[in-house]
Amino acid sequence: MALSNQQVTEIKRARSPLARQLDSGFVWLTGMFAVGVALVLVAIAVRVGWEALPAIQQFGAGFLTSSRWDPVEDIYGALPQIYGTLVSSLIALLIAMPIGIGVAIFLSEDFLPNKIQRPIVFMVELLAAIPSVVYGLWGIFVLIPILRNMGVALNAGLGWIPLFSTRPTGPGMYVAGVILAIMILPIIAAISRDALVAVPPELRQASYGLGATRWETLFKVILPAAFSGIVGGIMLAMGRAMGETMATTMVIGNANKINPSLFDQGSTIASLLANQFAEASGLQISSLMYAAFVLFLITLIVNVLAELVVRRVRMKV
Amino acid sequence: MSDSQALISRSLRRNPWAPRTLFSNVMTGLAIACAVIAIIPLVAVLLYVLINGVSRLDLNLFTQVQPPPRVENGGLGNALQGTFYTVGIATLLAVPFGVMAAVFLSEFVRDTRLARWIGFATNVLSGVPSIVAGTFIYSAIVLTTKTFSAFSGGVALAILMLPVIVRTATEALELVPSELRQASVGLGATRFQTVAGVVLPAALPGIVTGVMLSVARAAGETAPVLFTALGWPTWIQSIWQQANTLSLLVYKFATAPYPNQQQLAWAGSLLLVLLVLVTNILARFVIRRRH
Repeated sequence: MALSNQQVTEIKRARSPLARQLDSGFVWLTGMFAVGVALVLVAIAVRVGWEALPAIQQFGAGFLTSSRWDPVEDIYGALPQIYGTLVSSLIALLIAMPIGIGVAIFLSEDFLPNKIQRPIVFMVELLAAIPSVVYGLWGIFVLIPILRNMGVALNAGLGWIPLFSTRPTGPGMYVAGVILAIMILPIIAAISRDALVAVPPELRQASYGLGATRWETLFKVILPAAFSGIVGGIMLAMGRAMGETMATTMVIGNANKINPSLFDQGSTIASLLANQFAEASGLQISSLMYAAFVLFLITLIVNVLAELVVRRVRMKV
Repeated sequence: MSDSQALISRSLRRNPWAPRTLFSNVMTGLAIACAVIAIIPLVAVLLYVLINGVSRLDLNLFTQVQPPPRVENGGLGNALQGTFYTVGIATLLAVPFGVMAAVFLSEFVRDTRLARWIGFATNVLSGVPSIVAGTFIYSAIVLTTKTFSAFSGGVALAILMLPVIVRTATEALELVPSELRQASVGLGATRFQTVAGVVLPAALPGIVTGVMLSVARAAGETAPVLFTALGWPTWIQSIWQQANTLSLLVYKFATAPYPNQQQLAWAGSLLLVLLVLVTNILARFVIRRRH
């Protein structure tokens, strides 16, 4: 039974203006939340920068080159913390980079059947999910005793090298570096693996067809093709290591000094904040905010660059 | 077999002691070693936490208040309460915020420049050190309300949860087949009706997975609550007062010189690790069912 024209127009009645407005209101509402996410980032920068202003005016750029942190005289400089942040992250990268890329290669090639490979991928991911404070606890009671013994031996044998020139007492820069390496390893492994898997299979087939072995293919074809993705992963890991707080604070010793020896105690910007913030006031709070602002900027730059690199890789795929 | 065939089959077989093959095999061994080295810390952490934490895993752990120095027994009751409050507040704030943002990104501006920019900001936000999020909330909430509180701790955790929820929810929504949306619009549904009645229910398992993972992550975060919730030795009556959390307690008791408190730090770690394990394994099942 066909509908008459009149019946059709009745069914096809337009939505009321109110319903339409409500609907586009919903779109606007979701849009505000989405823009809100970006605004949170801006708010962090503005707010922390604002609180840091008194210290910025007081100390200026000298804050970054002075190593005096003196709440009694109200004079502050964060050079040892900036140094500690960079050095501990660098140690972590030097350890985690080769191992992480090795893991990524191992888990992206067909060394293992899928059934065994997937649980291992999952286990490496789990490494990233364990809370930082648990790593810290484990570091204090398990890792420090092990590493100290190794450090004492190194110091006895190679103590003339500045890197090993002090006798390890327990916590120190070297423990922080190792703990951070464990924590950033899954980031490097996961992102490098993504980059390796994304290399077009034709490249591999062509290389095998020319008679290359598996590792000749990897070194001359696959790794160069995945290079920028791997670099992006390493930079993200670097950003994570520099901002990591709890595990570092628990094992680095929290001493305000710069010493080339890895076995000496040190501190990072994050551990400085963790240790002093709750009891600080006045210019000290402002100086801590200044330090936080510096940390925010460093990690922001590293993360933005990493994100650009990773994004360009994804677009190519 | 003709001569040429024999020649080919010989040339296709590699000599296992040729330098090239040897190099390849050694490198394979190194790659295996890397994987083993990567797994060792995971196994070691899990084992130590289990062995040291399990001795205190009983009912008292959940009902008793944390012990002061040199006092035996006690539990993690108040820390669990604080974690429940702070993570609860964080979830209540971050989930609606994040899911709404994800709806906008996947339903209304997908593949536009705006979506890319906000996605970029979301990723950068997730790279902001958690201690910086703590200083931000300290300045924005603790200084203005003039008190440390469970609430401010919750807001700090929400900042860390937000980018995770936005990303996972956007991914879940984008996996919903566009036929469903077309059918819904074809039946005359408004955009709101399509989102609320069709797309969100279809994406729910993925969204819930993301929320679960971010809740587990937030429960283990210490740095953001360090000077927002600050810590408190006993039960709390409201979210407007200082509170202890499981992660804060682990941090403070781990660095304390008292064996009883150290044991509780291990027990607290065990609870945190179990939470992470359970949520990650559950999430894996949800993801596997979807594919």
